[in-house]
Parts: sequence; structure tokens; C-alpha cells
Amino acid sequence: MRNAEVSIRPGGRSGEAGLAVIRLAVALAMAGMVLLFLMVVAFALPAFVQGGGGGPFSWSWAPGRGEFGILPMVAGSLLAGTLAVVPGWIMGLCLCCWLMAPECAGRPGPWRTLVGALVRVMTAIPTVVYGFAAVFLLAPVIRTGLGGSGFSCLTAVIMLSVLMLPTVVLVLQAGLGPRLDAVALTGAAMGLSRMELLWHLVIPASRGTLISAAVLGFGRAVGDTMLPLMLAGNAPVMPSSLLSSMRTLTAHMALVTSNEVGGAAYDSLFMAGLLLLVINGAVSLVIRRLGGRA
Amino acid sequence: MRRFSFLVFRALCTLCAVLVPCLVLVLMGYLFRRGLPELGLDLLFGRADPLDAVLGRVPVWDGLWPACVGTFWLVVLTVLLAVFPGVGCGIYLSELASPRQKRILGAAVDMLAGMPSIVMGLFGFMLILLLRRTVLPDANTGLLLAAGCLALLVLPVLTASAREAMAAVPDSLRLAAAACGFSRAQALFHLFLPAAARGILGGVVLAVGRAAEDTAVILFTGVVANAGLPSGLLGKFEALSFDIYYISSQYQDQQELLRGFGAATLLLVISCLLLAAARVLERGFRKKWQTKA
Repeated sequence: MRNAEVSIRPGGRSGEAGLAVIRLAVALAMAGMVLLFLMVVAFALPAFVQGGGGGPFSWSWAPGRGEFGILPMVAGSLLAGTLAVVPGWIMGLCLCCWLMAPECAGRPGPWRTLVGALVRVMTAIPTVVYGFAAVFLLAPVIRTGLGGSGFSCLTAVIMLSVLMLPTVVLVLQAGLGPRLDAVALTGAAMGLSRMELLWHLVIPASRGTLISAAVLGFGRAVGDTMLPLMLAGNAPVMPSSLLSSMRTLTAHMALVTSNEVGGAAYDSLFMAGLLLLVINGAVSLVIRRLGGRA
Repeated sequence: MRRFSFLVFRALCTLCAVLVPCLVLVLMGYLFRRGLPELGLDLLFGRADPLDAVLGRVPVWDGLWPACVGTFWLVVLTVLLAVFPGVGCGIYLSELASPRQKRILGAAVDMLAGMPSIVMGLFGFMLILLLRRTVLPDANTGLLLAAGCLALLVLPVLTASAREAMAAVPDSLRLAAAACGFSRAQALFHLFLPAAARGILGGVVLAVGRAAEDTAVILFTGVVANAGLPSGLLGKFEALSFDIYYISSQYQDQQELLRGFGAATLLLVISCLLLAAARVLERGFRKKWQTKA
């Protein structure tokens, strides 16, 4: 810590009660987090123990017949996340490089400042608003252009990639920016443009940042509820093509609670919650290992 | 070959620089074009008289007023619940924690930040199930539970901003505090905390934005479509974000659809204003310390 070399006399003076208050705040926050993890794990355990047919780990969701498999939704979530990461990450990388490499070296022009501000605004756009706009704008386009109902895997994936874009751009900017600045002067002296520096030097040297941006984007896509719920069609089967309907874990959870089937359906709900917890916990761990920002 | 791939990359960059803003502007422009004409008293109160509706004398059936009130109380309660632990955690991480505590607590907060909001909602739902099975058989989801879960959701936002704001307090101030013989607690509460207050406030505004926009958490914890004004801390409520979702899936006539556009526009405007406010606070905070330090 910065004040390590400054010797501040510890304890004993007035105001120590305030420190206790701060410790209490930390304890409260930790208690909330621990409770969250414990509850999600504890509620999902019975489903593990039970096993057998009709449990969460099967490929068929048919509450009427007593089948509560969530594997199609797991596959749907992973598929949507993976498919959305590809365009989202490529667009994010390109946009980030464009933002950091003004053609006339030096200051970013008005257009770049504006786009940079727009990316920040994108972080604040509520996902439900994205979903609402896409229901009336993107879905009809897909319906008339490509067929199907318009509410498909593809629709959700497109919007998810837009959703993760600002996250990817900001992570990449934080990671690539300092490296670019470090070589900018040398590069300029050698007659290389900032774009060339990025492509030939900075990007090959920043594998960790690139991967953590992709992983973080994946986490956002898997964790989002409203876009898949509003756009993906929600049929509880494996999607057979990009234009077929699909259901993700998050959308599944929302649908099960709103329909209140109860009993074994809730088991699948808790299991879905645990899976999401595990997936996103793994994402956090990977990011931490890579040293990126979460 | 390398030259060629570079040219492709540069073309792609330019393409994205045009494509992405266009995409976002088209989405937002479409919303605004259909939603902006809707904004007005009619959108909020429908056919009811505004004054009577605000005072709660007349229920509003065809307006967004109950949803706005619901979102407002939700946000207020969330912030009340989250500010103390969130900011406290941030201050602790920045000022008091040992390296080992920093690693563990930091990891926990990061993990919480990465959790999908629906998991928080599920947590609230489980809490109610647990209460029903044990001590309170008639426990039900409601405003307070939703705010509690949202508080977990915005806690990492508050912690991160408080931590950054405390870390940005200049070394000169720390030195001065030590030189004056301030105890650790005195320096923290009388010097560093007031110095970082604007930065922390910026984080609170960001947290308000997160709480106002989230839909997945309240989906599990007591939002309903036609609750009217929230009846109390434990009552069901309406919220702006949920109304948008509900209208998009269940609208019955053109008028209701237009109300959806109005609601989406309203929420978008609120979110953008909150973000702008947070930026202004943060920028002012940085400028203050960069010129003085």
C-alpha cells in the first residue's frame, strides 16, 4: 500500500470506533455473499443426489410427462455465448484499435471522441431496452429476410454480441492502451503508424488481455436474461439451425418461475442457478489468472 | 502476406467504426422516433387526473406512474441497503486490508461482480422458500426482498468505485496527515473520506443506474404487472423495466404498445442521464486532486 513508508500510529486514539464500523460493513457484505453461494449450492444438492430418469440431467423437458431435463438449455446457453463472442470480440477488437489509432497521429478527432462516448453510453443502455428495440426492429427484419418466426438463435446472438461490445472494448482499451503508449514514440521514429504498431507488435504481445476480453464477453452473454428471453423463441429443445428457436438457462429460469409449476421443476431451476454460478465463477477465475480486470 | 493481412485488419477496423455506431444509433433512433412523441403526462397517468394520481387517491390503470413509483422506491431501498456494506468494503480494501485480505476479499467481490443478475434473483426466491418452510409460512416476495437482492447486485459497483476513489487520494495528503500525528482512524474519517466523497458519490449514481435498469432480479422477487402503487415494504410492486418486458410480450392493442415505447424511451433517458451525472462527478473529483496535488 502507498502509505507503507509513512508511519501512522496505529490504534489507541479517538475514532477507533469508526474502524469497527467499517469492519462491520465488510462483515455484512461478506455474510451476504457467503449466504448467496451457500443457498444456491444447498438448494441444488438434492437434485444431484436424486439422479435417475426425469432429473435435471436429461435431454427432454416435458413437465407434463414428468421430465425435467435442462441439458438442452445448458447447450443453448453455451452455444449462444460462444456464437455471440465471435462477432462481439472481433468487432470489439477492431473498434478498440480504431479508437486508439487516429490516422493523423496525436489527438483523437471529433469523430473518435464521439464514438468513444457512444461506447460508454452503451454500457448504460438497459438490456431490456435493447430487447424491446430488437423485438420490433431486428426480429421483423430476420423474419422477412431469412424466414422463420424471427425469434431465433440468430436474433439473440446478434443482440448479445452488441450487448458485450462495450465490455470487450473497455477491457481491451485498458489492456492494450498502456502497451501501445510504451512503444508509440519508438514506433513513430521508425515511421510506423499507430495502427501498424497495434497489428504487428501490441496485439501479438497481449494474448492475456485478448483472452480475458473474450472470456468476460462470454460471461456477460451467458449471464444475460432479458435478451434470450425476449428474442430467442424459448422452445426447450436443441436448436437445429441458426434460425430455429432456442432456450438458454437464464430464460429457462425466468420462465419456470413465472409459470410456477413447482416441485421437480423447481429442482431444475435450482440446478440451472448452480450451473450459472459455476460457469461465471470459472469465468472470474480465468480472468483473475490472466490478470485482466473483472 | 503479412502486408495483406494488415490491410484487411485496417479495413475491418474502419468498417466496425462505421458499423457499430450506426447499429446503436439506428436502435436508439428508432426508439426515440416512436417513443419521444409519447412522453408527456398522458404516458404517466393515462386517463386519471395527475394530481389525484400523485396523491394516490385514484389508481392509474393505463399509465406508467405506478411503475415509476415502484422503480423509485426500489432504487432508494437498494441504495440504502447497499451503500453501507459496499462503500465500507471499498474503504477497507483500499486502506485497512492486509495483502492477504485484499486478495481474498477482492476475489470475492470480483466474483460477485461477474454473477448474472438472475442468480441474485434466484437467491431471493430461495430465501422466501426457506422462510416459508421454517419460520414464516406466509412469507412472500415483495419490495424489500427485491431491494435486498438488488443490493447484492450493485455492491461490487459501489466497492470498486469507493476503492478507486480512496486510492486516488494524493500521497501529499497522506503525508500531511501522518506529519500532523493523526491516528489512522482520524486521518481516514476527517481527511481521506471527505476528499474521496465525490468519487464515492459517482459510484452511488452508477449503482442507482444498475438498480433501475435490472429486470432479471425483480422478475423473481415480487414484481407484477398490475400491482398499482406499492402497498408497503412487503407488498408487490411494478417497475419500469419489467413493464417494458411485459408489454413487449403481452401487448393487446396499439395504445399499449406505444406505452411500451414510451417506457423504453423513458428508461433509456434516465439511464443515460445517470451515467452522465456519474461521469461529471468523477471528472470533477479527478480534476480537483490533479490540480491541487
